[in-house]
Amino acid sequence: MTTIPDVVVIGGGAIGLSIAWRSAVAGLRVTVVDDHHPARASWAAAGMIAPVSEAHYGEETLLDLNLLSARRYPEWVEELEEAGGRATGYTPCGTLVVALDGDDKEQLDHLHNWQTELGLPVQRLRAKECRELEPGLTPMARAGLFVEGDHQIDNRKLVDALEAACTRRGVDFVYGSVSSLIVQGERVTGAGLASGDSIACDKVVLAAGCWSGAIDGVPPSVTDGVRPVKGQLLYITGRAGQPPLAQRNVRTMDVYVVARGDGRSVVGATVEELGFDTTVTAGGVHSLLRDAVRVLPDVAEQEMSECVAGLRPGSRDNCPLLGPGEPEGLVVATGHYRNGILLTPATGDLIAELLVTGETPPAIRPFSPTRFAGAGAAL
Amino acid sequence: MTGSRCSPREEGADIDDPLVIAGVSFNSRLIMGTGGAPNLDALEKALIASGAELATVALRRVSPAARGSVLDVLDRTGCRLLPNTAGCFTARDAVTTAQLAREAFSTEWIKLEVIADERTLLPEAVELLDAAESLVDDGFSVLAYTNDDPVLALRLEAVGCAAVMPLGSPIGSGMGILNPFNLSLIVDRLSVPVILDAGVGTASDAAIAMELGCDAVLAASAVTRSREPATMAEAVRKAVEAGRLARRAGRIPRRLYAEPSTTFEDLPDLESGPHQD
Repeated sequence: MTTIPDVVVIGGGAIGLSIAWRSAVAGLRVTVVDDHHPARASWAAAGMIAPVSEAHYGEETLLDLNLLSARRYPEWVEELEEAGGRATGYTPCGTLVVALDGDDKEQLDHLHNWQTELGLPVQRLRAKECRELEPGLTPMARAGLFVEGDHQIDNRKLVDALEAACTRRGVDFVYGSVSSLIVQGERVTGAGLASGDSIACDKVVLAAGCWSGAIDGVPPSVTDGVRPVKGQLLYITGRAGQPPLAQRNVRTMDVYVVARGDGRSVVGATVEELGFDTTVTAGGVHSLLRDAVRVLPDVAEQEMSECVAGLRPGSRDNCPLLGPGEPEGLVVATGHYRNGILLTPATGDLIAELLVTGETPPAIRPFSPTRFAGAGAAL
Repeated sequence: MTGSRCSPREEGADIDDPLVIAGVSFNSRLIMGTGGAPNLDALEKALIASGAELATVALRRVSPAARGSVLDVLDRTGCRLLPNTAGCFTARDAVTTAQLAREAFSTEWIKLEVIADERTLLPEAVELLDAAESLVDDGFSVLAYTNDDPVLALRLEAVGCAAVMPLGSPIGSGMGILNPFNLSLIVDRLSVPVILDAGVGTASDAAIAMELGCDAVLAASAVTRSREPATMAEAVRKAVEAGRLARRAGRIPRRLYAEPSTTFEDLPDLESGPHQD
């Protein structure tokens, strides 16, 4: 490297790459440092873009950002595929939430009332209507919610496309892991690598997922605010001649099945608070398959192609940490928990805007990375 | 006996008497479960609003070494940790899990759950009693989650449990107290604290448990899965206090026919109308 980059992005997952790409488009010189961790969340995700069907009480602030990002997706993906020259598997397919018994139905109606209060576009379906939409559904289906605007993308292809778009835009890639922030006075002036090298730069973007807290010099609000939350998921593949499992994303209270256009489907996901453990367990696989077969019986006929465990970057309030951190020159973009792929376009655009203008865009102000500061020292 | 139960209706008992489990006093009679919360922040706010001094955590679902987990939340709110053996299906499994908990958290306290099946989450009585006996013999203070079966509750007390925790209805069902008669029998016959464990769906269920004479109430889903967990936590806290007061005050007998609250002799003479000048 002969010139000093404006920005070093720590972490080459969907979030880091999207920030790098948008920053490069805006004219910044960017270097991405990544170590291709096998448990990185971008790799293990399912790629659901489902802000409405996954909305939760008390998380209305997050819902606003999620909806903003989902709305940006179509145009953003078109630009990305053009820039990277690769397909992302973005599919506007809709999502069907299925109740499998009377208890589920009660819960579904509860959810539907709340979604309706918020003015979210959700259609309540009777059992028969669910099965007309998705003939592969179990006859036990009791009721459903159809969210026409909740889609999917192939998260692995998304990462490939982002890498390609970054490369074409002149983003430099360094393979390795960052061990420390280099700070002079009150300012970040670079990133120190585990190999002993260092990269000088003007600003550092911390997008290292659940590993963000492991870097020396990262403020305690990030170290204590972000934790790994393990998720196991499965890839299953239809054999020749088999109809696709479903046209839409299908989910129940316990499991989701995301059928890709190419015959593969993703079944996920467990939520486990086990630190950095990434074991794929028999019990985890069992419960995913049991719940998936219960809603889509044809799952049992599929080929089992992959079992994977990833680590989501969870935060205390399930919201991401976005914006300027301390010391000066550090910008944080982590803690996306279950919404990383969904929030990729908005995060990339808004953080790039922050890097270019120095102003924190209003949409990310509620997610300041300093909001956990002082709220409690860890054990 | 490792604990002592003090009904507010017993002579000399004071409404402000603390709850005593295995020699440890608690001012709050609401114990919180931590499962089902939408996020740790919401859980923390609910714990604070509940005023709980004791909260239970499923050992199988949390790593003691992991930072930033529910354990940090308990630490910040000053809640004592009560590890539980949720997810165990046999006595052997539960005993092993309890021993791991003791090692990891340096506590002899264990909320013992041995579950029969995943659909009902009802206690497996035979394995439960077996596990309780082993754990008591091993030095644990055992708080046993059990059916609303007075006979089994007595047996659990007899093997030395520090508290007995009968269900009102299945875990997470929110159906309240389905058999108040059995619960009354348990309360009447046991000396160790009786804590209503499962089935609370809303605040009134907790009040009823206390009115029936329970020493404390455990609430989890009712709070964590409500729309506003902190608000519901406050409601359940107040219901526990209200129920305990009502138990002490003593409810009136139920009657088939009405009885006027004011007798005719007491009625003022309104026939003559207001006095005119």
